[in-house]
Amino acid sequence: MEAINKQTLKQRARSYLRSPLSLLLLALVTVSALITVSALVFLIVYILVNGIPYLTPDLFAWEYNSENVSLMPALINTIIMTAVSLLIAVPLGIFAAIYLVEYAKRGNKVVEIVRITAETLTGIPSIVYGLFGFLLFVVALGWGYSLLGGAMTLAIMILPTIMRTTEEALKAVPDSYREGSFGLGAGRLRTVFTVVLPSAVPGILAGVILGAGRIVGETAALMYTSGTVAGIPDSLMGSARTLSVHMYVLTNEGLYTNQSYATAVVLLVIVVLINALSAFIAKRVGTSK
Amino acid sequence: MKHVKEKAAELLFLLSALASIFAVAIICIFLFANGIPAIFEIGPLEFLTGTTWRPGNNLYGILPMILGSIYVTAGAIVVGVPIGILTAIFMSRFCPRGIYKIVKPAIELLAGIPSVVYGFFGLVVIVPVMSDLFGGSGKSIATASLLLGLMILPTIIGVAESAINAVPDSYYEGSLALGASHERSVFFAVLPAAKSGILAGVILGVGRAIGETMAVIMIAGNQPRMPKGLFEGVRTMTANIVLEMGYATDLHREALIATAVVLFVFILIINLSFSALKRRAE
Repeated sequence: MEAINKQTLKQRARSYLRSPLSLLLLALVTVSALITVSALVFLIVYILVNGIPYLTPDLFAWEYNSENVSLMPALINTIIMTAVSLLIAVPLGIFAAIYLVEYAKRGNKVVEIVRITAETLTGIPSIVYGLFGFLLFVVALGWGYSLLGGAMTLAIMILPTIMRTTEEALKAVPDSYREGSFGLGAGRLRTVFTVVLPSAVPGILAGVILGAGRIVGETAALMYTSGTVAGIPDSLMGSARTLSVHMYVLTNEGLYTNQSYATAVVLLVIVVLINALSAFIAKRVGTSK
Repeated sequence: MKHVKEKAAELLFLLSALASIFAVAIICIFLFANGIPAIFEIGPLEFLTGTTWRPGNNLYGILPMILGSIYVTAGAIVVGVPIGILTAIFMSRFCPRGIYKIVKPAIELLAGIPSVVYGFFGLVVIVPVMSDLFGGSGKSIATASLLLGLMILPTIIGVAESAINAVPDSYYEGSLALGASHERSVFFAVLPAAKSGILAGVILGVGRAIGETMAVIMIAGNQPRMPKGLFEGVRTMTANIVLEMGYATDLHREALIATAVVLFVFILIINLSFSALKRRAE
């Protein structure tokens, strides 16, 4: 694209003088991109500057109380929540994608419906998930506010993400791999598990990490499913708040603005790490091809 | 034996694939079964067009919240769509490769930031500024629009950028050959061809904005009354659910679930138009 209209700076300046509209359009797109990036930079810098001074050891105490408003229990709950949700959603999502890519025949009606419902799931707002989880797990099944109820709700929420990324990863595996495996006499199941899946692992992993990112940032779906108890529960059936819920409650109480800043810093750091990890893995997928 | 194993595995995969159909079905059943009776108990007309929400007096009109959601979303479109589309054009056709490597991850990060963090940022930065500029508490439709506009940027940029990238190079080259400048070629030859893809991105952004909950609760003021002006507080449907679900009982609780049903129907309409547009773009 660049090669066909190479110009010197002088030529460009002259053509802009002749056509102010072009100059205006160039200015518009550049300014917009600048606004986007500077909004992000401002948000991150503002929170880091205001939050880092309050990252005190107190904030990472093992027990939560209203003196230290420690985020440690919430952090541990977040890790448990992420693990349990992924444990449910990842096998389900991968198996579903295997069916769609490896087993379903072209033009299969089921595939069409699965695609449409998965798209629908992606669009449902998290508060609707939260309400549904509340009605099903908390009320109908009588679990009360529980970590497991929250994790099940989130698992449904991230299922389409895992499914779609796995589907794309499986589709990217060349057909010659499958043909080679079939040619050697392997069955379909063996082909899927020993040939296709291993070469799709990086792509799947990038999707799983994306799902983990959504779990870490989720609040609305958890408030009425796993509840807002600030400690670490004894079992999966206990109520527990994750870091995002913790931050919302803290901000809402209005007494702990400084600690809110610090909690936001921790959340931001986790999100940046997750994004970097996902990008790193996705990049490795790109270069290995 | 081997045959049985193959069949069993296929069945397991099929069942997993059916999980998302099952999930949508069960979500619909639970929401509708719990919400629709309440709508009829209150009266569909009173529920949807009633202007007073006062559960204590058995008044359940959600028109203020419906309008609240629509106004805030419209505001987010006004703020986010022009910047989003122009940034997408920049990313696709103007950005030098070195800068792209920085801007692209930045936009992905923008998508990954949790909505509580956005809400908190709005609360400590945008709310005080709006309060100084326009008086009042600073929690208003305008404040929520600004923040939501920022939050939907990555969605719009992502979809619009790939739509612009998908336009065949021959459009651009043809326009250049006719003597148009780079900018004119991009805006008047490439952009119209990417129209439906860009619109799909905008619709996806609308879905994000109308469904956003935590950030809006923290900065929109949440007064359950008819919206009065751009700089007055407002309550959205999502906020209504979160704020009152904690203590609501009986009809009040069912009315909140019914609010979610209305929201769900909005989202379904948005989703359907997104899918239709995406199919057309492909």
